[in-house]
Amino acid sequence: MTGYVVRRVLLIFPTLLIASTIVFIVIRLIPGDVIDALVDERAGSAVEYDRAALEAALGLDVAIHVQFGRWLGVVPFPDGVGFNGILQGSLGKSLWQGYDVTDALMRRLPVTFELGLMAIVIAVLISFPVGIYSAIRQETWLDYLGRSIAIAGLAIPGFWLAIMVILYGSVLWGWSPPIIYIPLGEDPLGNLEQFIIPAALMGLAMSATNMRMTRTMMLEVLRQDYIRTAWAKGLRERVVVVRHALKNAMIPVITIIGMQLPIMVGGAVIMEQIFNLPGLGRLMVDAAGRRDYTVLSGAMLLIAGVILACNLLIDLSYAWLDPRIRYR
Amino acid sequence: MMQSKEMFDGTTDAASAQMTERKRRFFLADFFIRLVREKPLATVGAVIVLVLLITAVFAPFLAPDGFNETNAYARLQPPLTERADQPGRYWMGTDNVGRDIFSRIIWGAQISVQVGLYATLLSVAVSVLIGVTSGFIGGRFDMIVQRFVDGWMCFPGIVVLIVGVTILSPSMWTIIILLSLGGIGGSRAVRGPVIGIKENMYVQAAIATGAPTRWVLLRHILPNIMAPLIIIFTTRMPGMILAEAGISFLGLGIAPPAPSWGGMLSGPGMTYMYRAPWMAIWPGVALSVVVYGISVFGDGVRDILDPRLRGGLGRYAVAPKKIKKARNGSAGEAA
Repeated sequence: MTGYVVRRVLLIFPTLLIASTIVFIVIRLIPGDVIDALVDERAGSAVEYDRAALEAALGLDVAIHVQFGRWLGVVPFPDGVGFNGILQGSLGKSLWQGYDVTDALMRRLPVTFELGLMAIVIAVLISFPVGIYSAIRQETWLDYLGRSIAIAGLAIPGFWLAIMVILYGSVLWGWSPPIIYIPLGEDPLGNLEQFIIPAALMGLAMSATNMRMTRTMMLEVLRQDYIRTAWAKGLRERVVVVRHALKNAMIPVITIIGMQLPIMVGGAVIMEQIFNLPGLGRLMVDAAGRRDYTVLSGAMLLIAGVILACNLLIDLSYAWLDPRIRYR
Repeated sequence: MMQSKEMFDGTTDAASAQMTERKRRFFLADFFIRLVREKPLATVGAVIVLVLLITAVFAPFLAPDGFNETNAYARLQPPLTERADQPGRYWMGTDNVGRDIFSRIIWGAQISVQVGLYATLLSVAVSVLIGVTSGFIGGRFDMIVQRFVDGWMCFPGIVVLIVGVTILSPSMWTIIILLSLGGIGGSRAVRGPVIGIKENMYVQAAIATGAPTRWVLLRHILPNIMAPLIIIFTTRMPGMILAEAGISFLGLGIAPPAPSWGGMLSGPGMTYMYRAPWMAIWPGVALSVVVYGISVFGDGVRDILDPRLRGGLGRYAVAPKKIKKARNGSAGEAA
């Protein structure tokens, strides 16, 4: 177990290095005429640049290996700034307003995290019972109903459903999403009220895939020999399903939840936009509109890091679910 | 699919080409017969896909108006309003600048079909390129490539899109190319089968007899991953269409006045939705129907092509009843 965990944790570092290299390369891909356009756009904004200053802010002013070293934080900056890269937790300053990117990201992260966590909980609460029921009562009308809703959930775009909820919420009940963000610490109930609908919409979309996966895996496991043995022993259905089948069906399902994390980020970006939540996605869309590359690259890196960390947790959960992995 | 067909025709001699051609035709006919007989829902999906394709191809003849033809005297007309300028009605109403929404939906099918087809084709090509080389060559090469795939997979598609459109200019082709990069992560779905097939005796035999790598890949590996490839193709396409709609909805995708269904929902679509709900409703309906159609069609394709899932799925539903019967003393054989 310990060996597996250590190996898995160590594996995160090369991946993180590659991910940050990708972000680094992306910034180098900005065409020169875009930089010129940026200089023009910035005239009159909070932070004005000439071309040289902008290139310096983007770190484009020195040789590429030095750029990479500074970006990572293993090569010092001149003028007494010293090491100031990813390793030092610095992601530069916003090109648009000059604020510290790391600070901004850390302020935004909890919003997106809360939204995502609530969405996952809702997705699991919907998809597991429906998926399991669908599998053990296959080809019944409730199974068909569940599966039809799941396919519909896959097909209906989340942002459109959100718009419809807002539209009909306001027409039928005079409800509309609050415009001002309510932090969790100040008013937990108000915060919950603000998050529950976007989270439910995201959870609903996720639960469609989860439910289908749960159903398929349960069906596969339920045809195994050990399930027949369990039936033959005269165990009750609940015991067969929960103790013998469910745990064995969980690994692919958890994998799917892990694979959905990137998709969930997509959902969060859109829901934050529609429901006025000041999360990472909102920050990215705003930054994209202003071509604020330091903010964009910082957000890219943070999201990659969070997804890596979540994947690590998921891999570790396999060890708990499947003893064969634990003792390998 | 098309690509590899061309490649095969280049590598086989005329007679066997004819044979495979005939076999392939039977295969297609057989496939559609099974689809209609066994998968009613997937057949509905196939019909939706067909309607979508026809709409996209014949949009210039089907749409009453151009996609950006405004009419200041017919702004925000509800659905089914009589048209003043020509016979007929505004079937889906008009938008805030008096454009016929029905026409824009029809023109929008072109964008969805193009994005769906090209982005999916390109992404499958990327997956094949990475998956086949990585899986077939194996060893240290495979390990290094897979670490890069790991690194790439940390970036959600939407992040790649958002950052990509700010660096490149936001056009339909930019979006198609950015979406096709999703094939890098998807290469895992190709690499797995390739590794499995590589271990087969006939592949080892071909390598042992000195067949060139290109030959082994084209004759032995590719034909055997055709089924997974078709499945990947049909399952990936709905996501591509939704992604384009999503990024255009955020206002970062295909720029107005192009009739992207996602773009129609953003901006005026949302600001006018209380006064003119039809502006926000129809594009979403179009998207949902299309994605639903492709999804159920894809499910049917997978069920027919994936032998692991072929038949035998109904057994558990029978088992408990039989056991109960056996318990009650009536004769029943074990499932």
